[in-house]
Amino acid sequence: MTVYVKGVVFGDVDFDNPDCWRLEEYVKRGGYAALKKIINEKISQDDIIAEMKTSSLRGRGGAGFPTGLKWSFMPRSFPGQKYLVCNTDEGEPGTFKDLDIIVYNPHALIEGMIIGGYAMGITVGYNYIHGEVFEAYQRFEEALEEARAAGFLGDNILGSDFSFQLHAHHGYGAYICGEETALLESLEGKKGQPRFKPPFPASFGLYGKPTTINNTETFASVPYIVREGGQKFLELGKPNNGGTKLFSVSGHVNRPGNYEIPLGTPFADLLEMCGGMRDGKKLKAVIPGGSSAPVLPADIMMQCTMDYDSIAKAGSMLGSGAVIVMDETVSMVSALERLSYFYHEESCGQCTPCREGTGWLYRVVHRIAKGEGRPEDLDLLSRVGDNIAGRTICALGDAAVFPVRGMLKHFRHEFEDLIKDAQTAKPL
Amino acid sequence: MLEIEIDGKKLTVPGGSTVMDAANSIGVHIPHFCYHKKLSIAANCRMCLVQVEKAPKPLPACATPVTDGMKVFTHSDQAVTAQKGVMEFLLINHPLDCPICDQGGECQLQDLAVGYGQSSSDYAEEKRVVANKDLGPLISTDMTRCIHCSRCVRFTEEIAGFQELGMANRGEFTEVMPFIGKTVNSEISGNVIDLCPVGALTSKPFRYSARTWELSRRKSVGAHDGLGSNLIVQVKNHKVMRVLPLENEAINECWLSDRDRFSYEALNSAERLTAPMLKQGGVWQQADWQTALEYVANGLKQIVAEHGKDSVAVVASPNSTVEELFALRKLMAGLGVEQVQAFARQADFAARTQGAKWLGQSIEELAQNEAILLVGSTLRKEQPLLAQRLRQSVKKGLLLSAVNPHRDDLLTKVAAELLVRPDQLVEGLLQVVKAVAEQQNATVPSHIDLSGVVVSAEAAAIAQTLIGKTKATVLLGNLAQNSARFAEVYAAAEVLATLTGAKLAVPAIAANSVGAELIGADVGGNVFAMPKKAYVFLGVEPEFDAHNGAQALAAAQQAEMVVVLSPFQSCALEYADVMLPVSPFTETSGTFVNMEGKAQSFNGVVRPLGETRPAWKVFRVLGNVLGFSGFDYNSSEEIRDEALAGDIASRLSNTLVTPVAVKAQAATGLVRLGEVPVYGTDSIVRRAPSLQASADASLAQTLRVNAATASKLGLVAGGMAKVNQAAGEAELSVAIDDGLLDDVVRVAAATPLTRNLGDLVGAISVAKA
Repeated sequence: MTVYVKGVVFGDVDFDNPDCWRLEEYVKRGGYAALKKIINEKISQDDIIAEMKTSSLRGRGGAGFPTGLKWSFMPRSFPGQKYLVCNTDEGEPGTFKDLDIIVYNPHALIEGMIIGGYAMGITVGYNYIHGEVFEAYQRFEEALEEARAAGFLGDNILGSDFSFQLHAHHGYGAYICGEETALLESLEGKKGQPRFKPPFPASFGLYGKPTTINNTETFASVPYIVREGGQKFLELGKPNNGGTKLFSVSGHVNRPGNYEIPLGTPFADLLEMCGGMRDGKKLKAVIPGGSSAPVLPADIMMQCTMDYDSIAKAGSMLGSGAVIVMDETVSMVSALERLSYFYHEESCGQCTPCREGTGWLYRVVHRIAKGEGRPEDLDLLSRVGDNIAGRTICALGDAAVFPVRGMLKHFRHEFEDLIKDAQTAKPL
Repeated sequence: MLEIEIDGKKLTVPGGSTVMDAANSIGVHIPHFCYHKKLSIAANCRMCLVQVEKAPKPLPACATPVTDGMKVFTHSDQAVTAQKGVMEFLLINHPLDCPICDQGGECQLQDLAVGYGQSSSDYAEEKRVVANKDLGPLISTDMTRCIHCSRCVRFTEEIAGFQELGMANRGEFTEVMPFIGKTVNSEISGNVIDLCPVGALTSKPFRYSARTWELSRRKSVGAHDGLGSNLIVQVKNHKVMRVLPLENEAINECWLSDRDRFSYEALNSAERLTAPMLKQGGVWQQADWQTALEYVANGLKQIVAEHGKDSVAVVASPNSTVEELFALRKLMAGLGVEQVQAFARQADFAARTQGAKWLGQSIEELAQNEAILLVGSTLRKEQPLLAQRLRQSVKKGLLLSAVNPHRDDLLTKVAAELLVRPDQLVEGLLQVVKAVAEQQNATVPSHIDLSGVVVSAEAAAIAQTLIGKTKATVLLGNLAQNSARFAEVYAAAEVLATLTGAKLAVPAIAANSVGAELIGADVGGNVFAMPKKAYVFLGVEPEFDAHNGAQALAAAQQAEMVVVLSPFQSCALEYADVMLPVSPFTETSGTFVNMEGKAQSFNGVVRPLGETRPAWKVFRVLGNVLGFSGFDYNSSEEIRDEALAGDIASRLSNTLVTPVAVKAQAATGLVRLGEVPVYGTDSIVRRAPSLQASADASLAQTLRVNAATASKLGLVAGGMAKVNQAAGEAELSVAIDDGLLDDVVRVAAATPLTRNLGDLVGAISVAKA
């Protein structure tokens, strides 16, 4: 993919330079300055975490949990091994931002993780990389070698008494492994299935040890915050929504790609950056935060700004920042059919409502799309959805239900029309 | 302590409790499938969702920790809606085949569907169909019925010690399956049948033979190892149809070994002896009881009169009840016969203790040890549930170590292990004794000669696990108890226990070994070494149940008179003169004293088959026929009260009466490691077809050597080998077992293939066949 607009993470990256990802280029852009500053000035762990809190950086993986707060949960005085894990298992349909980070600017992530390790007193980290992006994985391994060779990573970093080992782990391509506890299970060599929480990873994580897990983009934003200060980061965005954020725009726009823009940018502006709608068609709807986020119709979307609070207020989620744009030609029934198929396919099968319910949802939507819908089907979809949402071990169940609810809320008539046609077409 | 309110009822529970624990403690039932008190929490069925005040959504009771002041509603609208929603999901892909499902009537899904299901389903699509799996001869599968609760998977991993079942695939395509091409071979596998809340895993031997509501449930006690597992025997029309565990936390918890669960098949075997038989003029003829008993009485009386009291010996199964052994011994005393031996598998009788040998502690106490040293034991096969219990203890910190002639996987962490030849258990133990003495600077009693003993690193490591522990035990397994140098093993183990402050444990091999010793049914040593004029066999088959099967069989064949009391016909047809059908444990009342010295009485669960009579009644009538006084018992309880009068505990002791001299000896040459296989223990187990079809039973048909010995002997895995021992020979297929030392030849006893061989442990010769 291409990154069209640059912000905190991509800064001065020159995408035309094939070596832009290398350590040498990264250092030229001011890379590892944050780490050097911490080591040389012996900045305290508390100060770093305070700076993270000031920045108002929120988790970029989808849940939007304040990063500084998460870091403060790590029991730093815990005597045994603790782990830092980066979630690069980018599997949410529509999302392709983390891939670009490890391809074009991997050292920002590495530096961010080293700083995270320093701030939380952790000496071992893992980056769990999605199974279907092998070349990106190889590049990350190369970047790790560079960092080790330069003394930024490994034992006694920059001559200090701080050591941090970072390893890449190549996953196997299951969507569920993006769920943090399933990721931990997979990392431990087990079948990727979410754990019941509590206990949370902060107390019982990888190999049962305290663990902090953050998204790739979150870690990659850390060097900027340390270098430039949390306040400056916050001011890039808006209160409670600090910084810039990567949006992966796909669908019926003229220029799909990654856009790193300040949180709070109006959606209308983002659409314009993307060159507007393809073939001059009319905007019909947008899924603003990855496939799990409820769809929003054009009129609502055009009033939104791209930040956590605005999108939540409109009834959806900013999620991972995957913006799926749909024009007037899209059948919402077909769109939902594809989404429901995905969740049916990707449910881990561990707990009952999701295992049995995602298949049921898909089959009902499928038969409506096939023109075989029944009058009671829409109520059935709502009822089945209600029986899944909030009843499962992890959020995949909710993620399967939200698109259904969104579609039925804003585009119910399309479903009703298809069902009506099916009923009329039925031979007597 | 935390305060919690459940459905308006206030209670306090200890910290760390879950909502499920709290509800159980006040008898509030929360519907569930995946939750099981002995397994880890999975929280995957979601049936136990309950409403918790201030929680935005319903929470699973099994996994939600109680917090102080929590208010839980198990039957509120929110809770019941959630539970009904889960039930609907469980039923959409579950077949409605209850009328032909073996689980029908005892199915948790069926039961809960009554309360939480709908009478019709909105699911109009095709239901899922899942291919069945071959889990071996004991467990039958109908995987389409599986609701993915994962209890069976967690059982194999956590309780049985090895994950023989797993969840493959994803989403609604998830399937429980064994490793590809493998079956479930655990010695406690049958418990997954009880754990399965639906009819996905059912009992293969029981399948389609009865409906659960037709069965009566009767209590009994396990008759095939020394644990004394509590049983529920299910019967129909005076036939045992199935055996299940009866929960007893102090003994078997809620589990049962496959041996205790499936051996009932033999009770309905065609080999049952149903009427007294007499051999007259070389021809077997059915006789009435009166005639048969008079024949026995006269015959024995005459032989004693002609040849003296020592010309008659009695061999009884240690699985016989207290009542049977006591009445038998009293009867023989009347005839003047002293040799009544219930320990025919033992080779060395020199270790005389001050009381009956026992576990030295309760089963629960054993599990609380900090360190246990196993000496000569295939614990998983000897005492399957004891091995299970210790596996759980290891997880809590127990250091388990072993001095063993094999390296069979205990499926748990072993702290240290010393591998020895089967005839060198003594030397192995002496190494540990010496290591302890050196590390503690202690002096060893003079009867223990440590000269020439070299302490190996393994022995030092074992010593390390025992030293300084407040609770430690040295446990002598079946291989040790049946070894030719048992007295020396015993004396060395006793010294080791004394030096380290550990207890000495001698877990009973059979259901009533402790009872037999209490009664004194351990007289005569090896009664086959000097052949007798007459033998009386109670429930034993000498070719399988003696230390040297060939010797025992020859002794029986040369005797003038052999009286066999057994539930089965057998090769006794070859050597017996009288066969009297006596009840197996299911057809008589009786008492077993288990390894911890606990006497457990039970009633007959079915009527004796045909003309079969309880053995104690047979001895009572024989006493009358012989005109002895003191045989007017009206019930087995009267015999028990006489036999076990007073306190049992005070008559148990593992302390040797006199010291036994111990000295290391060198050993060379091929040596047999002859264990009694898990499904060869007694005449009932040996006739249970499903157990005999198991992987363990197949393994007992092989000759096992390590790779080096195999190549030295020119043997190849899968090829055949001819073995010779004493005058007998056998042909066996070869398997490689790299847990054996060089020159050790593992050939099981108590199987038809090896019945002509000699001592369990002794010189053997092997050639390629």
